[in-house]
Amino acid sequence: MSAILLKGGRVVDPSQQHDGVADLLLIDGKVEKLGRNLGAPDGAEIVDMSGKVVAPGLIDLHVHFREPGQEDLETVATGAMAAVAGGFTSVCAMPNTDPVTDNQAAVGFIVRQAQRAARAKVYPIGAITLGQRGDKLAEFGEMVGAGAVAVSDDGKPVVSSHMMRTALEYARTFGIPVADHCEEPTLSAGGVMHEGIISTRLGLKGIPAAAEEIMVARDIILAELTGGQVHLCHMSTRGSVELIRRAKEKGLKVTAEATPHHFSLTHERCEGYDTNAKMNPPLREAADREAIRQALKDGTIDVISTDHAPHHYDAKEREFDDAPNGIIGLETSLGLALTELVHTGLLTLPELITRMSTEAARIFNIPGGTLRAGSAADVVVIDPDRTWVVDPAKSFSKSRNTPFGGTKLKGRVEMTIVRGTIVYKA
Amino acid sequence: MAPRPRTVDQPAMEDRPSGKVVAPLGKDLVGLEYLSPDQLRMILDTAEPFKEVSERQIKKVPALRGKTIVNLFFEASTRTRISFEFAEKRLSADTVNVASSGSSVSKGETLVDTARNLEAMRIDMVVIRHGSSGSAKFLGDRIRSNVINAGDGKHEHPTQGLLDMLTLRDKFGRIKGLKVAICGDVLHSRVARSNIWGLTKLGAEVAVCGPATLMPRDIESLGVTIIPRIEDAIQWADALNILRLQLERMTSGFIPSLREYNRVFGVTRDRLDKAPKDLVIMHPGPMNRGVEIDSDVADGEHSVILPQVTNGVAVRMAVLYLLAGGSPDWAEGGER
Repeated sequence: MSAILLKGGRVVDPSQQHDGVADLLLIDGKVEKLGRNLGAPDGAEIVDMSGKVVAPGLIDLHVHFREPGQEDLETVATGAMAAVAGGFTSVCAMPNTDPVTDNQAAVGFIVRQAQRAARAKVYPIGAITLGQRGDKLAEFGEMVGAGAVAVSDDGKPVVSSHMMRTALEYARTFGIPVADHCEEPTLSAGGVMHEGIISTRLGLKGIPAAAEEIMVARDIILAELTGGQVHLCHMSTRGSVELIRRAKEKGLKVTAEATPHHFSLTHERCEGYDTNAKMNPPLREAADREAIRQALKDGTIDVISTDHAPHHYDAKEREFDDAPNGIIGLETSLGLALTELVHTGLLTLPELITRMSTEAARIFNIPGGTLRAGSAADVVVIDPDRTWVVDPAKSFSKSRNTPFGGTKLKGRVEMTIVRGTIVYKA
Repeated sequence: MAPRPRTVDQPAMEDRPSGKVVAPLGKDLVGLEYLSPDQLRMILDTAEPFKEVSERQIKKVPALRGKTIVNLFFEASTRTRISFEFAEKRLSADTVNVASSGSSVSKGETLVDTARNLEAMRIDMVVIRHGSSGSAKFLGDRIRSNVINAGDGKHEHPTQGLLDMLTLRDKFGRIKGLKVAICGDVLHSRVARSNIWGLTKLGAEVAVCGPATLMPRDIESLGVTIIPRIEDAIQWADALNILRLQLERMTSGFIPSLREYNRVFGVTRDRLDKAPKDLVIMHPGPMNRGVEIDSDVADGEHSVILPQVTNGVAVRMAVLYLLAGGSPDWAEGGER
């Protein structure tokens, strides 16, 4: 028997409406009990949690682990280690690997690599279409059987509305969501940042907010038509928030995520042609950032996802036009959320745990997001007031591409427990 | 684990010699956005005595003797490259021209590697023309040599902006209060951006005129007015700066045809005849006669298109001289 008793922490578990000082006993990889003055069984490891927050492990529905294909940027093992260092006990890996994760063997490979790594749990997301090419439906059933929890063509938006309709209808059979990267490609073609005053000054081709919003509107309409569950990835504009709000008022099965960079940064960050500020969707305007924050408060946006996208140093050390999109995010997500959303008074800590764990488990229907007795012992311990400075050189990811190097954050992961094993300690 | 390459937080210039003289313009000329009105005036004033050098029998001064300058042109250019080369040679610098085709660039070498290799041969300055916005700043941030932007993507073409300003100052005796309309494809134009920054900083009023499909988003926030119709711009302006319409704008669907562009937005004799005063006509070249500008306008008595080219050499001499650490006092003759 292995047992850990986390004693005297502030236990925040929105799934049970629990927020108060308590002890949490974990035995053999499961939550045994949550309560006051729990006794420790013989041989249990007792950890003093006073002053700390104990919460269900964080869940990230959108990461890129580059394996197979680009193991020099990230592997399932290094990504899963970066995840637990960021407080994540479960992550969902996008299928834009090489070859694409579009069949049961590819899904099974990621499941096996994650088991070997034995850090964060990694749930594969299968491709919607073969090779993410947008023309032939992948075998959802086989992929789900092998462990896939959702389907997505990831960075390749599903351009064909017919294909998106088909995917939403077919996915209903398996009860999985279809995650879409919303981008109307004829409007965004050639764009490298948000279209606005900064792109005009820098002379860079812009991507208008409309490129995202048109596809958000289409996906909502198709969700209504099909009754399928659409999950809208990395929402970045105030217009998208407005569309989702209306869809939810109608009771449609629409869920949405936002990234830490979209609630923290704006397109001004591209000044000086900093390629670490190049992402897709691009950093938008202050009013968009504010809309995203409010949507996280009121639940219009259900979850925070990182879109963790490792890239090589050389690839970002280029002309802005030629640099790849995306940043790593697993190890800064919680710190940014606490700094930008909780310490500013916008979200309470339980609301943040809802957005980073409870809701994520619910909308992708994966284990976790709760500390109920009998559930998996996936736990994060947070010091919400500890300040630290982001140092990319200390990242557990294989890549270093982050615009947050040198940023001072308030709130940090102290310990991460997966299946009852302490896998990370600050 | 092997040590990782350091990320961008490692300055590539940490071994820069500490005794280097900081020129009055700073290390690089990336764009006019980053210069103060005083710096702009200093360049224009310094250009005045250099104009005279090109009029001499022996067109050479020793100001940059012993300096090595690389002209690194990743995009085709005739006028700008030759103008820079004349400016460099008339200042007695040693120059090397590198074009992207036939060099290591065409073998896939990155911009920063190309520049570092050139710098390893101990050069003093790089003049760069590149298709990507921000490439001049990117280079300037990574090498010790002075970097001069000879046009980066759709961002800036600062020496073109300066020569346009010098030409206007020659013609009107001032820039403050002048009304300048920049006409045409502002969206894709680095010339437009440099003109807007330079002219507004020195107190001119600037308007942009052209099809809405070729106007950048939120361009008004740079302090310019949008005048949608060319007839109205002609009524308003003291001078027109007519941008080249890249022919590929038609194939990519920004405008339906060149014929219609000329009919709706072309600067024609008929339209100019309706103006309340004679307008000074500028064009950065190369011109599409019969598209954005009619031949009788380009060749007319109020055209300063060739004086622009002449001034280009003087302005580039001034920029090279000042970046190399030359004193602006040399320009005592240019005070206005």
